[in-house]
This record gives sequence, C-alpha cells and structure tokens, in this order.
Amino acid sequence: MQTKNLNNKPSYNFTTLWTWIGVVPFFAFIFIFLIMPSTNLFLGAFKDSHDNFTLANIAVLFNPYVIKSFSTSLQVSVITSVVGVVFGFFVAYGVTVGSAPKWMRKTILTFSGLAANFGGVPLAFAFIATLGHTGFVTAILKNICFSDSAGLQNCPFDIYERGFNLYSLLGLTLAYTYFQFPLMVLTITPALEGLKKNWREAAENLGANSLQYWWYVALPILLPSILGATILLFGSAFGAFATAQALTGGSIYLVTILIGQQIRGDVLGNPNEGYALALGMVMVMGVCILGYSVLQRLAGKWLKS
Amino acid sequence: MNTKKWNWWAIFWSVAALAYFFVPLFGTLEFSLRMERGKLSLKAYQIVLSDPQFLASFQYSAVMGVLTVLISTLIFLPTIYWIHLKIPKIRPVVEILTILPFIVPTIVYVFGLIRTFGRPPLQLTLTPFKTDILIMAGYVILSMPYMYRALDVGMRSIDVVSLTEAAQSLGANWVQIVLKVILPNMRIALLSGALICFATVIGELILGDFLVRPALGPYMVQVGRDKAYEPAALGIMSYALTWICLGLIEIFSQGNTKTQQLTGR
Repeated sequence: MQTKNLNNKPSYNFTTLWTWIGVVPFFAFIFIFLIMPSTNLFLGAFKDSHDNFTLANIAVLFNPYVIKSFSTSLQVSVITSVVGVVFGFFVAYGVTVGSAPKWMRKTILTFSGLAANFGGVPLAFAFIATLGHTGFVTAILKNICFSDSAGLQNCPFDIYERGFNLYSLLGLTLAYTYFQFPLMVLTITPALEGLKKNWREAAENLGANSLQYWWYVALPILLPSILGATILLFGSAFGAFATAQALTGGSIYLVTILIGQQIRGDVLGNPNEGYALALGMVMVMGVCILGYSVLQRLAGKWLKS
Repeated sequence: MNTKKWNWWAIFWSVAALAYFFVPLFGTLEFSLRMERGKLSLKAYQIVLSDPQFLASFQYSAVMGVLTVLISTLIFLPTIYWIHLKIPKIRPVVEILTILPFIVPTIVYVFGLIRTFGRPPLQLTLTPFKTDILIMAGYVILSMPYMYRALDVGMRSIDVVSLTEAAQSLGANWVQIVLKVILPNMRIALLSGALICFATVIGELILGDFLVRPALGPYMVQVGRDKAYEPAALGIMSYALTWICLGLIEIFSQGNTKTQQLTGR
C-alpha cells in the first residue's frame, strides 16, 4: 500500500491511444450485449409499429390490467421488504449487539449468505414441499387434533381448511422472505457492528435507558443503512420472476410475469406497448438504485473511523 | 442494566431465523425421501438422476457455466488489470456499468436481447449454435456484477504497478505478465468469482426459458409442473450445489485476504 502513489506516475512509454485500446474489448462487449439491447427496448417504447416516434405506448402504463400488475408487484415488494427488514434487523441485532451464542452467530451468518443466494425455482420447490397441500409442515399441523366435549374432532391448524393457500400472495410473501431477511442480515450487520460501545456508555451516563438509547441514538445513526437495505430488498423482490413463476404458475399477475407473457405471446396485442411496460419497470428499479446509493453514502459517514 | 433480558431477546430472534432457514430445508428433504409409501427412500433422486433429460440439461448448463467463467475471465481480468494499471480514473464509470444488470431486471434484459438479436440485421436466434452464443453473452452479463466485484477486490489487494514494473524489468512481455504474474496472484479472487458465476448460470431460468435452450432452469420448471416428489429432490440437489460453491469460496478465501500477493512485496 505504501507504493500506491506510483499509480499516478507515468511509468510506461505508451501513447494515450494505446492505453484506451486496452479497454476496448470490454466496452465493446458491454455495448453490444448490454447497452444496445437496453437502449433498443427504451427506443422501442417510443415507436409505433412503423418505427415512427410516438408517445402512445406509454399509455399502456395506465391500462387497468397493467396498473393492477404494477400494484400487485409493489404490494409484494413492499410487504416482503418491510417484513424482511424488520425480521432481518432483529436477527442481525441478535447476532451482533445482542451477543447470541457464538455457534448461532456463525450458523446464521453463513446461512444468510447461502439463503440470500437461494432463489428461483428451487426455492419454490422447497416451499411447495413444506407448505403445499401435502407438504411436511402442512401435514404436521393438520394432525394436531383435539376431541371437543361433544366428541367431535377439531383440528385448528389444518391451514388449507382455514383458508391458507401457498399459491397466493401470502405464499409468495413467505417464499420471498426466505431470501429477503438474510439479505437484510448481511447488509445491516456491518452497520450494527459499527455502533461504538462508548456511544451507549455516553447515553447511559446521561441517564438514558436501553429503549431511549436505541430510539434517540442508535436508530438515527442506523436509519440511512436501514432505508438503504429496504430499497435493496424492494428491488430484489420487484425484479424477481422465477420463484413466482414456479410457485404460482403465473397465476399472480406481477409485472415480471406480465412481461414474460408479453414476450411469449404478445398478450397486450402490441409489441411496442411491451417495451413501454419494461421501461416502466426499469424506471422503478433505477429510482431504487439511485436512492440506495445516496443512502449508502449517508450511512458511510457513520461507519468511518 | 439487565443484560440477561436482552440476551433472551437476541436468542429468540436467532432461533426464529434458524427455524426459517431449516424448516423449509428439512421439509424439502423429508418430502424428497417420501416417494415410496410408508418408508424413506432415495427413489426420487434415482428417478431424477437417471432421467436423460435431467442429465442433458444439467450437462448443458454446466458446460455453459464453465464457458461463461472462461469468457468472463478472458474479458474482465485483462480489462481490470489494465484499468488498475493505466486508467484508474475510469473505475467509477466501469463500476456503474457493471451494476447495470442489477437495475435492469433479467426478464426485461431478455426482452431486450430478443428484440435486438431476434431479427435482422443482428439475428442470432436462427440456429441453436448462434443462440448459444447469445445466451452465453447473456450469462456473462448477468454474472458480471459478481465477477467484476470479485476480481476488482482481488486486484486492489495486490500492488499491480510494482508487480508489472518488476516483471518488465526482468524482460517479460504483456502476455507473460498477465499469465505468470497477475493470474497467479489473482487465483483466489478468480476462484470465488468463478464459483459465483457458475452458480448463477446453473440456477438461471429466464435466459434458458425465453431463448428456448435446454438449460437446467426450464427443465426444473417443467418437472415442477408435472411431478410431485422429484422437484423436492431437485431442490435439495441445487441447495447442495449452491452450498458447495459458497463453501468452496469460504474455504479458499479464509485468511488469504491479507496475504493474497504471492510475490513482489
């Protein structure tokens, strides 16, 4: 690290042109396979079927069917990110500040890394095997029965009898939480570890109790990190497709599912309207990432030194 | 203050987390062993493993995974090296570019690919071979945020400039520098990037599905639609595969972050 300043020293006799040629393959690849397809979609949203400029496609975003899909997606994303953030926060609290046993801490952090990367089709399978009609947990709960005074069997935990359905929004929420809260644990743990002991001591010396310390000192410091993590979780749920597809077979109309159907069979009846739909989604994601990076910068202030 | 009370609070949430991790996992495992009535057996696994379609799709995805790792390395390693050595000022730009796949959801991305490469003049969807090129490029892009990050972190931990100068003063050419000096110093970063990259490709559904190639993801969806016990077996197997990939990363990166540079310090 002591030689870092050498970076700025022009040590080689290459022309500037040569220097830039070194990164051409990378930029060319990115341009052809990432920028071009994305721009193409963007432009397609503003063209009619004869390639003339139009704003008419954007109107599809106000189609009741499309509004419904956006609101379903938003609903799932907001619920799972809030549940994930709250649950994940307490878990992260437990393994850092709360000093849970060491083996628990290690297991939870390791499994968080695993579960945060475990999405898609296998996740849907796991939940079907666990909470589906014949799932493992469903079967256990179903067999908890009591005989009441009249001699009738009463099974209060027969969840499907009680109206639970895995192939619904609730089921989707449960499945998404499997990767959402570990994502929160992974993002918030460094921030919780950054809380200085002497902040707490200072608060206690001034007569604060635990609750006051958390409410007036720790939470305001953690707030940017928490909000940042919320946005991250929101984005990961909003863009998810595979789990929903495999779990519900496309019967829940998320935006991603709708786009999938549009690609397969042009359900909107106009390919260019599909591009407008995709554009709407990218805009939501773009706002998310922007907010995330701003909040990260704010959060970094407290983690330094 | 009463620390005991807080400990219970912490333990409650930790146990809840462990339950959330393990109940579905155990449920899936148990379910996958229940294929034969009244006893535990590995029949579901036997059926999956002897299904030629499974073997074909697994092989397809595994080969794609390996090729994606190779191509990613070929594109990203020299580029990141060059950027660190020559033009560190464009690093922020490159970083933004490499997180773009997070902003563009995969389903939107594949839509863009189909619109761009599904028609002349750049049509790549006519033959399976050309589609494979397209899908591989897509995999490289999708795994780029992980691969780039892993390599960038690795490159930051070695002193690129000194290593290059030392190699040059010993008469090495650029190919030799990259292959014999940079590559060995980057092997841990490269390995962790490669494993994440491979795991991403193996578990990927959307590209294989919408570009209609026989990948593992679409196969799993189809099995999930038609069968009862086999999906659970597949779920356990892919959980184990992710586990192995991440476990290997953990093993290889342990204690090596500080002493990654082999020579030249």
